[in-house]
Amino acid sequence: MATQTQERRFAFLATALPPIVWVVAFFLAPLAIVWAYSFGQNAGLTGVDISGTFANYARALQPLYLGIFVKSVFVAGLTTLLCLIVGFPVALAIAFASERWRPWMLLLVMLPFWTNLLIRTYALIAVLRTEGYVNFTLAWFWDRASWLITLVGLEPLGDFTPLQLLYSNFAVVVGLVYVHLPFMVLPLYAALDRLDKSLIEASLDLGAGHLRTLFSIVVPLALPGIISGIIITFVPALGAYLTPNLLGGPDSQMIANVIERQFKQANDWPFGAALSFLLMYATFGAIALRAYFSRDKPADGHGI
Amino acid sequence: MTNANAKSFTTSRRSILKGLGAAAIGISLVGKKSAAWADEEKKLNFYNWDTYTGETTLEDFKNASGIDVNMSLFATNDELFAKLRAGNPGYDVIVPGSEFVERMIQAALLEPLDHAKIPNIKNVAPEFINDAPYDPGRKYSMPYTWLVIGIGYRKSKVKEVPDSWKWLFDSDAYKGRIAVMSDASELFRNCFKYLGQSINSTSPELIKQAEAMLIKQKPNIKSFHEDNGQDLLLSGEVDVVMEYNGDIAQVMVEDDDLNFVVPKEGAMKQSDTLAIPKGAPHPENALKFINFILDPKVGAEISKTIKYPSPNAAAVALMPDSYKDNPVIFPPAEIMAKCEYPRYLGPEFTRQLDDAMTRLRAA
Repeated sequence: MATQTQERRFAFLATALPPIVWVVAFFLAPLAIVWAYSFGQNAGLTGVDISGTFANYARALQPLYLGIFVKSVFVAGLTTLLCLIVGFPVALAIAFASERWRPWMLLLVMLPFWTNLLIRTYALIAVLRTEGYVNFTLAWFWDRASWLITLVGLEPLGDFTPLQLLYSNFAVVVGLVYVHLPFMVLPLYAALDRLDKSLIEASLDLGAGHLRTLFSIVVPLALPGIISGIIITFVPALGAYLTPNLLGGPDSQMIANVIERQFKQANDWPFGAALSFLLMYATFGAIALRAYFSRDKPADGHGI
Repeated sequence: MTNANAKSFTTSRRSILKGLGAAAIGISLVGKKSAAWADEEKKLNFYNWDTYTGETTLEDFKNASGIDVNMSLFATNDELFAKLRAGNPGYDVIVPGSEFVERMIQAALLEPLDHAKIPNIKNVAPEFINDAPYDPGRKYSMPYTWLVIGIGYRKSKVKEVPDSWKWLFDSDAYKGRIAVMSDASELFRNCFKYLGQSINSTSPELIKQAEAMLIKQKPNIKSFHEDNGQDLLLSGEVDVVMEYNGDIAQVMVEDDDLNFVVPKEGAMKQSDTLAIPKGAPHPENALKFINFILDPKVGAEISKTIKYPSPNAAAVALMPDSYKDNPVIFPPAEIMAKCEYPRYLGPEFTRQLDDAMTRLRAA
C-alpha cells in the first residue's frame, strides 16, 4: 500500500512539477519583482532602489490618475455591456444551430483570434478612416440617392461629407468590442450548450412566451457563463492600450497608456509598477466579489 | 520616434520585405574568403530602425569584409533604452537618437569609439563633429542621419504656407485637421520654441504655459499620433501634421500635393547615430561596420533609399540634385540655425513633462 501511495505521489509530482515551475519562474517571480519595484524609486538612469516607499502609490491615487482609472473602468464596462448584448444572441444561435453548422459558426467566431491584434486594429483603421470603407459605402449610396432625386425632378443632394469615425472614443469602443467579442461568445456558448433543453420545452409547454422563457429560464441557468464572460472580457479591456493608442482621439487615454509611458518615455518603472498593481488589485477585487456571490447563490437556490 | 515607422500599411509591407531580406542575409553562408585580421567570428548584430538602411548595404558589407550582419529592428528610442537598460542582450551596433546618446553616456551604456579605426570620419561634415553637444568630441557616437521636426501639409487644403507653430498649437484655422506628436518631449519642447524659449529650458512655468496652450488647442486637434503623421497626411485624415522632414519626404514621392516646412520660430532637430553598446560581443566588427557606413558610396546608397538628410558630406556630393537641392530634406540654413538639439535634462524634467502630458490627454 505504501509503495502505491508513493507511486501516486511521484506521478502527481511528475505531472504537477513542470507547470508549477513554469508558473513560479515565468509568472510569479517576474510579478514579484514588479511588485517590489512599486515600492521603490529611480536610482540613476537604469537602477531601481527598492526603499519600501509608498510615494508611488500616493502619486497614483492623485485625482488625475484616479480620474483616468474611472474613465478606463467606464470604457471597459461599456465594452463589456456591448459585448454581452451582441454576444448573447450569437452564442444562443450557435448553441441552437444544427450539428452540421455549429463547428463552422464557432470557427467564424474564432477566426479573428488567429490574426495578430495589431493587424486587426489596422484593418479597422482602413474601415473607419475618412477615406475608408464605411465612408466609401455611404458615399456610394449618397450618390445613388442623389441621382434618384434628380430623376424625380428635385435638386440633387449636396456633396457627401465623410463621417469622422476614427480617432475618437467611439472608435476605441468599436475596436474594443470587435477585439473582445470572442471572449464573451465562447463562455456564453459553453454555458448555453450545457443547458438542459427540456427545461425550455417545459417552459414553453406551460404557456410562457419566448421572451419570458429567455429571461426566466435561459438567463438564470446560463448565469455562471455570463459572469465568466463578463470578467474575461472586462479584465483585458480594462488593460487595453493598443486600441486606444491607435484608434483613440486626443482624449482617449486609458490607464494602460499611462503605464506604458512610465516604462518607456518617462523611464519611471516604479511608478509604472504601482499603477499596474493598482489595476491588478482592482482585478483581484472583482474576482473575489464574483467568488463571494457565486458562493451565496447555490445556498439561496437550495433554500427555495 | 525618428524614422519611417512600421505602423502604416505601406511601410509595414516594406518592413516585412526588409525583415525577410535581413533574415536571408543572416542565414546566407559565408562564401567569401577574407583576411583573418581579427579573432572575432565573422558576425555582427545590428539593432536598427525599420527601413533605415540601403537596399544592398548589409550585403555589400559582407562582400567587403566577410562579416554576416544580423539586423533586428526597434521602433522607438524608448524601446532601445528599455532593452539595453537591463544589460546588452548581444547587440554590436545600435542607432540611438542624439538625446538618447547623451542619456546612454550618462548611464554608462556606450563603449567609447577608437577614432583611429574609423578613418572615414573625415567624410562627415565638420558641423556634425563640432556641433554635437550631446556627445562632445564624438567620443561615443558617429552621425548616421539628421532630421528636423516641422509641419507637413496638403498644399490644396491650406490658405498659405503654414510656416509657424501657431497653426498647430494656437489657432483654430485648421480645426479637426491637425495631428501632433504624442511624445511629450517632442510636443512640449517645440511649444517652447513657439513661446520664444529654448528647447532646453527647464522652467516649470514654461511647461505650465505650454500645457495651458495645448489644453486650449485640444478641441482643434484630431489625433496625437505615434510618429505615423505622414500616413495621416497621405490618407487625407488630416491636412497639417507635426512630423520629421524625412518621413514627409518619403510620402511626398507618392503624392505631389504634400509639402513640408520648418516653422519660422525654429524647431527641434535630431541626429540618429551609430554607437557600440557596452558588452558588445563583436566590438572590432562593429568598428569596421561603422567605418564602412561612413564611406561616401555606401552613404549615398543608403540616402537613396531612406531619403533622410545625411551628415556625410562626401556621400551627399555623390547624390543627384533632386536630393541635394531638396528643401524638404535640406531646409534653408537660416531656419536651421534656429533649430536646437534636445539635451537630456534629467529625470525630474522628464517626469514633469510626462505629468503635463497625462493632464493634457485627460483634460
